[in-house]
Amino acid sequence: MSGRSSEPSAAHPIAVKIVISGGFGVGKTTFVGAISEIEPLVTEAELTEKSIGIDDTSAVSGKTTTTVALDFGRITLDDALLLYLFGTPGQDRFAFLWDDLVTGALGAIVLVDTRRIEDSFPAIDYFEEHEIPFIVGINRFPGGQQFSPSEVRDALGVSPGVPMVQCDARDRESVKSVLVSLTEEVLAKRANRERAGSTW
Amino acid sequence: MSESSWGSESELFPYAGGPLTPTGRHSGDMDEDPVIRPFMLTNGRTQPLHDGLRIETLLRAAPAALSAPLRFESRRIVELAQSPMSVADLAVALRVPLGVVRVIVADLITQGFLDVEIQPEEFSTSLIERIRDRVRAL
Repeated sequence: MSGRSSEPSAAHPIAVKIVISGGFGVGKTTFVGAISEIEPLVTEAELTEKSIGIDDTSAVSGKTTTTVALDFGRITLDDALLLYLFGTPGQDRFAFLWDDLVTGALGAIVLVDTRRIEDSFPAIDYFEEHEIPFIVGINRFPGGQQFSPSEVRDALGVSPGVPMVQCDARDRESVKSVLVSLTEEVLAKRANRERAGSTW
Repeated sequence: MSESSWGSESELFPYAGGPLTPTGRHSGDMDEDPVIRPFMLTNGRTQPLHDGLRIETLLRAAPAALSAPLRFESRRIVELAQSPMSVADLAVALRVPLGVVRVIVADLITQGFLDVEIQPEEFSTSLIERIRDRVRAL
């Protein structure tokens, strides 16, 4: 029996999804755009009944739907493997879209701007709560003060097990390296789980 | 405000570049009302007939679907999906929101013109290693 029989073929490609998260303006669009082979934007229309009254943009009052732009990237890894990157909407009021984005994801990357660390708390809370493997990418901004990963870890209050990597969202090689780090984290989590399982 | 003129039925389906409305105003007058109702393409339906269509779900159309009598967006979808396309890819190609594509795609699946590419229940270790190695080699 060939071990390759369960491997995907070109006839039946596999789509893998990674979620890119973090606060508004943290560099998600730049991150996705640095590596995607397509224009990094897709939209979602949602009924706005739930946001009527909290939408502070008076110009859109009276609309029956609102359109939310999501960062979206596609990377063809080989003829049977597509990697999709999706950015979570930056504003808290679109958090109800997250479940749909995150279900089935391989893992998540939380981008952090050290000038506004607190903006990343909701994303970290969400992934911890839903037990989604994630890593933190500390996005370097020109003129931003440099903090060591351990300082950022303390400020974020994430457990020592969560990998923290420095990155530059504008730089393709840096973005690749963050994605590789996430796959390593997913593999490590899996190995841990299997070790824990084998003790029984 | 422009919404007050919406009682007239002929104005319920404004689309960009459309003909003059009875009030003499271009229905596609972008300055006055930039809103193009996205769910117009689905006759107002917002819930897909088919559950479980994720943003990355891959779809493929049967070649025979090309000769089916389909309207514009549906036809574009079966053309594009001659090779596998995700829900998100289709939304970008058609320039419509994901929610709209989900409704149209679900209709096409129900009608037998589109198939969902079956995905593994869980990503295998070898698949994750393959992702890692391929990303590294990009």
